Amino acid sequence: MEAVKRRALPIFVSLAGACLVGLLIYGVSAQSASRTLDNEVALGQYPAAPEATQPLPMLEGNGHSSLASFRGKVVVLNFWASWCEPCQEEAPLLQGSQSQLEQHGGTVLGVTYLDASPDSLSFVHRYHLTYPNLRDDNGSFAHSYGTDKLPESFIIDRQGRVVAISRGEIAQPFLDRAIALAKSS
Amino acid sequence: MRRRSLLALLLALGALAPAALMSLGADGATAATAAVPRTSLPVIERQVMCVTCKIPLNVAQSPQADRERAYIQGLIDEGQSEAQIKRELVGQYGPSVLGLPQTHGFDLAAYLVPVAVVLALLATLLLLLPRWRRHARTQAAAEGAHAALDPINAARLDQDLARFD
Repeated sequence: MEAVKRRALPIFVSLAGACLVGLLIYGVSAQSASRTLDNEVALGQYPAAPEATQPLPMLEGNGHSSLASFRGKVVVLNFWASWCEPCQEEAPLLQGSQSQLEQHGGTVLGVTYLDASPDSLSFVHRYHLTYPNLRDDNGSFAHSYGTDKLPESFIIDRQGRVVAISRGEIAQPFLDRAIALAKSS
Repeated sequence: MRRRSLLALLLALGALAPAALMSLGADGATAATAAVPRTSLPVIERQVMCVTCKIPLNVAQSPQADRERAYIQGLIDEGQSEAQIKRELVGQYGPSVLGLPQTHGFDLAAYLVPVAVVLALLATLLLLLPRWRRHARTQAAAEGAHAALDPINAARLDQDLARFD
């Protein structure tokens, strides 16, 4: 009985240590950006756009809107911030595609991430952006798309499914794909 | 004559009154807009993060850190309190700007684990202390038993000590 008692303490300490290490490993993996969407899109599964109904504050004005309110349109969902240099590079491209998308029932939808609204607004005015922009005010919307670096863009079809992903500065062929989708569907 | 001068005085007062009221109004407006700062930039800087560099703002050196500082300074100039400014920053940049673990999800572990560790240490101490005390008592008793002299050695010690009397 005494021997069992003597062994109990080291076993308990080892278990507690193992639990702490497990917690640390889980924490590190949970904090890193998820790539589930990328894997599903790569397999051609086209998952539903995450958190589509989450209301987000509009950058201009006081109201709220959500991705779901654009259902039925081809949406180029673009996460950006005024401090992000590649976002500055791609803004004219996005604005250039907006008119073509609009003609065929599509739109670019900007979502600002980790950016103060006065800075975002001056960015909108500087690049003459006419497409709607929302604010991800707590970062949870961007996180659900596995976004932790900017810029990142997602093409969402008329059924609200993610069909293409661009992590990093957007390229014209990516936008052309969205325009083609808007024309064909 | 007196009536005339009184009338002239009243007219002069009447003419000056709007100007005087306007200047009072202007002073009132100035008093309303010039807010007194209720906190300072270093106080806020210590408590918030540079959201892009992921380090405390008071040590961050980047264009975004400067923008955050300018934004905070604007809020200070408006006369907002420390709590109001922190709320405003969370509204703009999200909760990550405070650099604090959240109170839900996995972040909750940051609050619970230290408490659990302290409780586990206390429980271990409660378990081990009686055992250590028992062990110490047994050891002291054993040492006491060893220290007791047999009668021959005790008599010899007494003789030796008697020589010094």
